[in-house]
Formats: sequence, C-alpha cells, structure tokens
Amino acid sequence: MFVFAIKSLYKKLITLFFVSIISFLVIHLAPGEPSQINPLNPRFTKEDLERYRAAFDLDKPLHIQYVLFFKKLFTGTLKSFKDNQAVIGKITERSYNSLLLFIVGTILTWLLAFPVGIHAAFKRGFRFDRWTTFLSYALISLPSFFLAYVLIIFVVEVFNIPVLGMRTFGREGVGFPFAHMDKLWHLVLPSILEATAGIAILSRYVRSQMLEVMGQDYIRTAKAKGLTEDEVNYNHALRNALLPFVTMFGMLLPGLIGGSVIIESIFAWPGIGRMGYEAILARDFPIIITLNFFSAVLVLAGTFVSDLIYMFVDPRIKL
Amino acid sequence: MTESQKIEVRSQKLEAGDSMPPPSTPFQEFWKIFKRNRMALYGLIILLIFFILALTGVIVTSGEEPLLNPNTVRLPDKLKSPLSKPTIDSVPKEGLPYLGLYLLGTDELGRDVLARMLQGAIVSLSVGFIAVGISIILGVLIGGIAGYYGENMIKVGKYNIMTVDTLIVALIDIQLSFPAFFLILTVIALLPPSIWNIMIVIGITGWVGPARFVRADMLSLREQEFILAAKAIGSPDKRIIFRHLLPNSMAPVLVSATLGIASAILTESALSFLGFGVPPPNATWGNILSDGKKYLFDAPWLTYIPGITILITVLAFNLFGEGLRDTLNPKLQN
Repeated sequence: MFVFAIKSLYKKLITLFFVSIISFLVIHLAPGEPSQINPLNPRFTKEDLERYRAAFDLDKPLHIQYVLFFKKLFTGTLKSFKDNQAVIGKITERSYNSLLLFIVGTILTWLLAFPVGIHAAFKRGFRFDRWTTFLSYALISLPSFFLAYVLIIFVVEVFNIPVLGMRTFGREGVGFPFAHMDKLWHLVLPSILEATAGIAILSRYVRSQMLEVMGQDYIRTAKAKGLTEDEVNYNHALRNALLPFVTMFGMLLPGLIGGSVIIESIFAWPGIGRMGYEAILARDFPIIITLNFFSAVLVLAGTFVSDLIYMFVDPRIKL
Repeated sequence: MTESQKIEVRSQKLEAGDSMPPPSTPFQEFWKIFKRNRMALYGLIILLIFFILALTGVIVTSGEEPLLNPNTVRLPDKLKSPLSKPTIDSVPKEGLPYLGLYLLGTDELGRDVLARMLQGAIVSLSVGFIAVGISIILGVLIGGIAGYYGENMIKVGKYNIMTVDTLIVALIDIQLSFPAFFLILTVIALLPPSIWNIMIVIGITGWVGPARFVRADMLSLREQEFILAAKAIGSPDKRIIFRHLLPNSMAPVLVSATLGIASAILTESALSFLGFGVPPPNATWGNILSDGKKYLFDAPWLTYIPGITILITVLAFNLFGEGLRDTLNPKLQN
C-alpha cells in the first residue's frame, strides 16, 4: 500500500514536470519574439521589453529560462507585470475569495445532487426520473453566462437588490454582523451558478451508479431474505453506490480555477478565475503561466488524494 | 399468445424458411431501438431543423442583395423589440426588412437580429463540427496507436526508454491536468484572432476523450478470435486496423463526437462572451449574446434569443448523443 502511494506520487511528479514545461512555453505562443520591439505596435514599449527580460531572461537559452522562471516563482521574486507584486502572494490572496465561493457551491452541489440522483434511481422511469433527467440535460446545455444574466435580470427586476461584487457600495462602515450578511447575500447567486452544472452532472452520475448497484446479485439476495425496501435501498445499495463518490472529494479541488472564470467575471467577484481573465486581457504572463501551472498542481494533488482515499475505503483494492 | 406458442410459431417459420422476414440491415436494427428513446428522437428532429435553418440562413443572408441583410445598419430603428414594425419614414426603402417587421427585433445598430442569427447559425454549427472533427482524427490516431502498437518499445540508441502505451497514457495525463477552458482561453488570447484558430484550439484540446475510448476498445478487441483469424490468414496490419478494429470501436467515438459538438458550441459561445470569440464580420450566436449584454435591461431579447437558441441546439446534441450511447451499447439493451 505504501509502495502504491509512492509510485502514484512519483508518476504525478513526472506529469507535473511536463505540465510545468508546457505552461512555461505558452509565452512563446504569442506571434513574434517578445524580445523584438515592433515599432508599429504602440502597445509594446521599451519598458515592456525590460519587464519581459526581468521575468523570463529572454537572452538566455530556453532551458535556462525555464529553470530561472520557476526559481523566481518559488522564491517569490516573480512579479506581476501589472502591479509589481509577487505572483504567489497575489494568488493566495485571491484564492481565499474563490475558496469561499467554491465551498458554498460545492456544499450546494452535493446537498442537492445526491438526494435527487438517489430518488431518481428509486423511481426509475417514473415522472420524477424523467423530469430530472430532462432538467439536468437542460442545465448542462445552458451557457452559464446566459443563466447568470437571466438570474441577474430576475433578481434585479423583482427584488431590486444589487448583486455584483462582494459587498454593497457605501456599506463599509456597518457593523460586523451586517457586513457578513451582506457578503453572504452576494455569495448566493454566483455560488448557485457555480453549482448548477455540477448538480446536473453529479445527480446523473449518482443515479446511474445507484442503478448499477441495484442490479447486483447481493441486492436480490437482500430482498430475498425478506428485508424491507428501505433497508435494502439504504443499507445495501446506497453504501456500495457511494463508494466512487468518496474519491470525488479529491477531484473537487481543480474546480477552484477552471469553473470560475466566467461566473467570477460576470459577478465582479475578486477571485482567482477573474484574476486569470484579467491577466489574459493585460497579457500579464507571469500570472497566466502560474495559474495554468497552479491548477495542474491542484488536479494532480486531487487525483493523488482520491487514490489514497480509495485505498483506505475500498478493502478490495490491494495494490 | 404465450411464450411457448411464440417459440413454436417461430420454429415453424424457421422450417418453412421462405416466410422469414428479410434480415434487417444494421441501420434498421439501430433505428428500431433508437426511435424508442423519445427524447433522443426529438433531439434528432430539432437538429435536422437547425441544419435546414442554417443552410437556409446561408442562402438568404449571402450574395450581393440578400433577402435578409445582416449588415444593414438602421440607426432610427435601433433596439426595436421583436415583432415590432420598422419606422417607414426614417428608414431608407432598401433597408426595410424583407418580412415587413423585425421578427426577432433589432440590435444596437438597428441590424435585424433574425438575419444575424441565421447568418451565425452556420458559423456556430461549423465551429462545433470542425473542432470535433479535429479532436476525433487526433484522438482516433493516438488512441489507435496506443491500442495496437502499445507494446512496442521506444528506443533511443539501444536503450529501451518506455513503451508507446506508457508515453501516450502519460500524454493523456498531462493534457487532463490542464484546466481545459482556461488553457483554451490563454492560447486563443495569445494567437491572432481568427475563426480557424478557435476551431483548431478547441479541437486540439479535445483529443483525450476519443483517444481513451479507442485505446480501451482496441486493447480488448485485439485479443478476440476474429483478429487472431485475420492474422492467421495473413492480413496485413493496415487491413486489420482499418477493416476490423476501427469499425468495431467507432460506437463510443460517435457518441463522444456528438457530445463534443455540444460542448464545442458552448465553449465557442463562452469565448465570444469573454471577448475572444470569432472576430466581427462573422456573426455567431455567442457574439450576438455577448454584444447584447450591454443592453441587458433595455433590450433583453438580445440576450434571450441567442441564449435560448444555443440552449436548444446544445440540448438537442446532448439528447441525441445520449440516445446514441444507449442504442449503441449492447449492455443497456434488455
């Protein structure tokens, strides 16, 4: 078991190494050498070139550039082009805001997806099942920004409440409880939106997992023993069906960046996804590269954690 | 008729021989199962309607003097709501809409939204199709190599480095570690804006799905008797791969292609929304939607019309794809 963990970690580190190379090479995608100033491009000045030089050591060979870049990143000397603050510090600061949104969204997702999926499996083929199936396809097919705008129109027209940002303008001086209530209210819409696609996908997955388990022989045995339906459903079927989802705790981590770019941009939520979008608009390469790298770290860490959890939870796996 | 009677009748028919129904083709078999899935059938019908609309859109909005000109600017008639009539006095005669009214309203420059939606249909659909075409070609190629030649060693000099399969699985892991949308956004933002770049980037980042399906299928098919037989009679690799293996592993690829088109259309609209979409002369549904966001409260139809169109199209692709998956998967039939 220990050997398996080490092996898995080793593989993940190798993957991470290649990911770091690829995410570093992204800057060379931009047409033309950044080191050559195009006199026709008014947006690329001599100062820009200096910043490029300082961040990427463009005059050195490629592999040295790579090593120096990551050395700077980890020692905290890599600065954002935009405001000359350390990249790592900026990302940690913004991660906190995203984390808030992400946790609420995840709780919503799991709280809704499981009961819906399980109930749909029990009621297979009935109205509830058919409607939730259709609804989840509709939610997957809905562009998230479109849904966001529909909700904004609805909330603003009906309740006449501000929804953008993390707090309402001009409420800086209010007391502690009110400030938090305000923040909580601003969390509602973006976290619902971050949760929608997740609810749709996860509930489908729960349903099919439940159905698969309910077709197993041991369920028939349990029924034949004369157990009540609830006992069979919840003690025998549900427990086995939940097994794969335990590992999904690990898979959750990457959602922190990937899913939030659009929602955070719409709601002016100062999180990590919006920072990525702003960095792309401003061509803030240190941030762009770091974010791509950072989210790969999250993905790999997540899969590693779920490997470990699986090992502990499922005694059948002996690797 | 009871079950035993049925069997009796069937065996009589078998003896009679000539009264057997003609054998159905694989497509007839497929259709028989597929049409039982109501939602998938509706999905297919909606898709066909959209294809026809997209083709009509090309005809009526292109040419020297199109019936519906998506580029006519009518400033007096800007932000007119759907079904409203043009102000005849202030709009020049040749600028009047063909139907005599703005069926889907006008945008901030007084352009006919119906014409723009029709013009954008083919662009949005072809972004989906070409992007997925690229990822399928890449995926089948890479997955096929991993599945069939996976055991071969990659040699540098005389040292065995790793097997082909190890390399490709590592590549899949690397691709999966990147946040798909953020990576696409990064690359698109750095490349010069063009519709082809969008299709290519969405396509290249989507190869993992089909590659994994083809690899898994080939690994199991390779061990089966009919492949052994083909090898025994001396079929070359090329024939085994293209005649025997690929056709048998196409079903999941087809499904993932259908679902892939749905997600490519969504990705394109999300890119447009963030301002990195298909550049201006081409209208796409995503473009229209993202232009409309500035007039969210004054002209909500600029948001609703493209948004609902995207929703219906993507939903149709998803339902059709899921139906295809259920139909093509023999395990799910009972």
